[in-house]
Amino acid sequence: MLGTTGKTRLAKWYMQFDDDEKQKLIEEVHAVVTVRDAKHTNFVEFRNFKIIYRRYAGLYFCICVDVTDNNLAYLEGIHNFVEVLNEYFHNVCELDLVFNFYKVYTVVDEMFLAGEIRETSQTKVLKQLLMLQSLE
Amino acid sequence: MPAVSKGDGMRGLAVFISDIRNCKSKEAEIKRINKELANIRSKFKGDKALDGYSKKKYVCKLLFIFLLGHDIDFGHMEAVNLLSSNKYTEKQIGYLFISVLVNSNSELIRLINNAIKNDLSSRNPTFMCLALHCIANVGSREMAEAFASEIPRILVAGDTMDSVKQSAALCLLRLYKTSPDLVLMGEWTSRVVHLLNDQHMGVVTAAISLITCLSQKNPDEFKTCVSLAVSRLSRIVSSASTDLQDYTYYFVPAPWLSCKLLRLLQCYPPPEDGAVKGRLVECLETILNKAQEPPKSKKVQHSNAKNAILFEAISLIIHYDSEPNLLVRACNQLGQFLQHRETNLRYLALESMCTLASSEFSHEAVKTHIETVINALKTERDVSVRQRAADLLYAMCDRSNAKQIVAEMLSYLETADYSIREEMVLKVAILAEKYAVDYSWYVDTILNLIRIAGDYVSEEVWYRVIQIVINRDDVQGYAAKTVFEALQAPACHENMVKVGGYILGEFGNLIAGDPRSSPLVQFNLLHSKFHLCSVPTRALLLSAYIKFINLFPETKATIQEVLRCDSQIRNSDVELQQRAVEYLKLSSIASTDVLATVLEEMPPFPERESSILAKLKKKKGPGAVSVTELDDSKREAGELNGGADRGPDTASTPSPSADLLGIRSAAPVGAAQTNAGSLLVDVFSDSGPAAPSAAVNDDGFLRFVCKNNGVLFENQLLQIGIKSEYRQNLGRMYLFYGNKTSVQFASFSTTVSCPGELQLNVQSKPVEPLVEGGAQIQQVLNIECITDFCDAPLLNIKFSRYGGALQNLTLKLPVTINKFFQPTEMSSSDFFQRWKQLSQPQQEAQKIFKANHSMDTEVLKAKLLGLGTALLDNVDPNPENYVCAGVIQTKGQQIGCLLRLEPNAQAQMYRLTLRCSKDTVSKRLCELLAQQF
Repeated sequence: MLGTTGKTRLAKWYMQFDDDEKQKLIEEVHAVVTVRDAKHTNFVEFRNFKIIYRRYAGLYFCICVDVTDNNLAYLEGIHNFVEVLNEYFHNVCELDLVFNFYKVYTVVDEMFLAGEIRETSQTKVLKQLLMLQSLE
Repeated sequence: MPAVSKGDGMRGLAVFISDIRNCKSKEAEIKRINKELANIRSKFKGDKALDGYSKKKYVCKLLFIFLLGHDIDFGHMEAVNLLSSNKYTEKQIGYLFISVLVNSNSELIRLINNAIKNDLSSRNPTFMCLALHCIANVGSREMAEAFASEIPRILVAGDTMDSVKQSAALCLLRLYKTSPDLVLMGEWTSRVVHLLNDQHMGVVTAAISLITCLSQKNPDEFKTCVSLAVSRLSRIVSSASTDLQDYTYYFVPAPWLSCKLLRLLQCYPPPEDGAVKGRLVECLETILNKAQEPPKSKKVQHSNAKNAILFEAISLIIHYDSEPNLLVRACNQLGQFLQHRETNLRYLALESMCTLASSEFSHEAVKTHIETVINALKTERDVSVRQRAADLLYAMCDRSNAKQIVAEMLSYLETADYSIREEMVLKVAILAEKYAVDYSWYVDTILNLIRIAGDYVSEEVWYRVIQIVINRDDVQGYAAKTVFEALQAPACHENMVKVGGYILGEFGNLIAGDPRSSPLVQFNLLHSKFHLCSVPTRALLLSAYIKFINLFPETKATIQEVLRCDSQIRNSDVELQQRAVEYLKLSSIASTDVLATVLEEMPPFPERESSILAKLKKKKGPGAVSVTELDDSKREAGELNGGADRGPDTASTPSPSADLLGIRSAAPVGAAQTNAGSLLVDVFSDSGPAAPSAAVNDDGFLRFVCKNNGVLFENQLLQIGIKSEYRQNLGRMYLFYGNKTSVQFASFSTTVSCPGELQLNVQSKPVEPLVEGGAQIQQVLNIECITDFCDAPLLNIKFSRYGGALQNLTLKLPVTINKFFQPTEMSSSDFFQRWKQLSQPQQEAQKIFKANHSMDTEVLKAKLLGLGTALLDNVDPNPENYVCAGVIQTKGQQIGCLLRLEPNAQAQMYRLTLRCSKDTVSKRLCELLAQQF
């Protein structure tokens, strides 16, 4: 999740990179994605992969996947995730993600794991998140 | 539904985050962070044991600081402590910290793995999931070693909770991807396949990713998944939009699972079982039908989800490539998308249609959309969409529409984005060649390419046009005329000068009858560009000039004048100077007949696959150009080279390999160019014609005892040239590996081994593993002679073609003891004095042998000089004899050597005597030299 100004709100890595490489990748993704406008596709080639992204207010949600992966499935995967965040944080805004960054990681892990889609049902994910919320 | 409020649970954290956000400057932020770090450090070091809550809060703060981009060098132990907490929130923060900040501290890894182990066996699904997520997120080798056998058990155990199964499946996938050797197939594998039948759709969604990955690697073991996947898909596709409740997304039943099922099926060929296949075809038809139904919602989410499935289904249809009906329907559906208002859909339709174009069943259907695609190329705003349109035009091109497509691509090139120009140029060049019916069209197209996008025309492209013009005599006159006209432009691209120079040098005579393009006019036109060109182009032009002298004797004086001027004959560039000197000499001393032979018109090139295609494939990565296309191009290339009417090519074709000039010059000019050069070198070469190809690997070796440069080895595939220089006890050898084929060599590797390691030290850097067709790569060996030696180093070369059998070749490298000679001049008296000093029997080695080569004085002298010694005149009382002296430099010592060679012309015999300060050297030198004369 990248802010328009270049702040990274959250990054999850499913391949091994060292810290410098991670920073470089984030900057590159930011550079590639933020120059595109609404008339452009939501897909952009990136190194030997492609980025599927969608902008919500000041935040870009980007997923980097194999070139053969299904673009629209990942695009809707992003939206599904955003709808869960919205429900969980009750009209989510960027600040919620800042103050509750450690919870956002939990949401990601519930829905995406090892770089794959783990669970798609919003009902099931939210039920699980609320259960976890109730634990001490 | 209760909302989560700001930083609930950890007030201190929320305050800290607010503080950071309120910092006005970077400095203030750093100050605040340092204060916090000091505070946390003191808490962690304090005597008072911290409670779980505080520990969690501080670890979480550290994590926040790290995520802001600051280094964190403590707190790991506290985080590990949190792992053993019984409270979920504390455990969660502990695991999060570990996942984000893990390092390979072995001590900690052991503790972490221990905590994970406890959680995995806790039977508490929440804790188990946390532990599994940690493994999946870290995915290190150490974790794979510890848990790769445990996780399959959890995954297939009957009493495992659904959510744990989901996590276990993907956790295992991660370990399989990072350490496939540690994840052993076993009886669990068959049970994993049956997860496709699981009641819980979330379990199926997670498990199918694992199954797909495993199927790709072990298709046979998992093939039962095909029928299971088909029946699962069938149930989803035929369900009503509300049947699946939780898994319905904007009225589309289980879109992600459907996509994953369709993707899994793409790991296999069409099902053999008729019933299964029938059911699957029914599913695919249903999916295509649904695309035509009115949408159940206007939301983009609805259409995206529906189309995600549709595109995946089309991928499967293309993968099977066996159902003409489905292929054509898919094509029609994509055709509708080409004009859709959603850019995403237009893009994906272009991309998907590209693969449809390669199927014989749908190629024609794709072609009907040509106007739409051309329009997309012209009007799309997003460059990536235009790129896809260009790809599709390329894919749908055939003989019927080539002229139209090539023309459109050419006109697009004038305004094309810089990022895609090079690729466009390659595509135009390939299409023009592949579908050329009349070659004047081909020549026009390529010259237009150079005119419009000269900077992006790679060497392969202009080499190719020259090859084709050389091989097709029906187009040579036209090519000469066209290129002559193109050169008239005041500013023309250097690539145009290259093509012009080459073609006029070969075929200028075909247009010389017209006074407007008389020989002198042609020459002056070319020469007017000379001074603006780079060195390789100038070198090419010089060769064109010498060819002019042969073609048009009337230009001789003018051209000799040019060659003779200081800027040529004393050019600071050694290649240009050498050419000027040699060409000038050649034109003055050689008779017309010799000149005509040397500068004969280039013979046709051997048939070969277009190197442009190879280049495009490289650009696009493997798999981008389909196999059928490759075969096509081979066939077409055959036609183009006119193989049928000219017959197979004969030995008269100079191999582009006997190319000493290329080896000698630092920057080899184009392959075609150096061909011309090699003929010339043969004339001037004092060591006779270039070495024939070596059948036995030692052959090359012996030829290099008295020389340092040349072709060491050559067969149908590979040519190895060497160039070497020695000084004192050090040497440097340049090896040039030339790929003679048009196919890439993969896994190319070389190793040098020295039989006597203590005698020679040879250092080299590894070479690039890929050698493109027609390309040459270079390797440098640094050689140090430690002490005298007999055995030469061995060079082993391995590579494969078409991913086929490994070629393996071992050659003796021509590093011989005499390479380390320093010549020593001495007088007659000195010579005989030393000769007497070296009088111990073992210091002398002698051989009497029959002459194998010419006994001509000059040849012998050249060889003895090549040996590295000084050839001493007026020393031996018998003027027929030769004596030489030199010192061999090794790291440890200097070895003085004297040599005497006594030819007996009548008997065609030699007596060779060596005396050296070291007996082994005498013997070795004697052995080596006895085979040289």
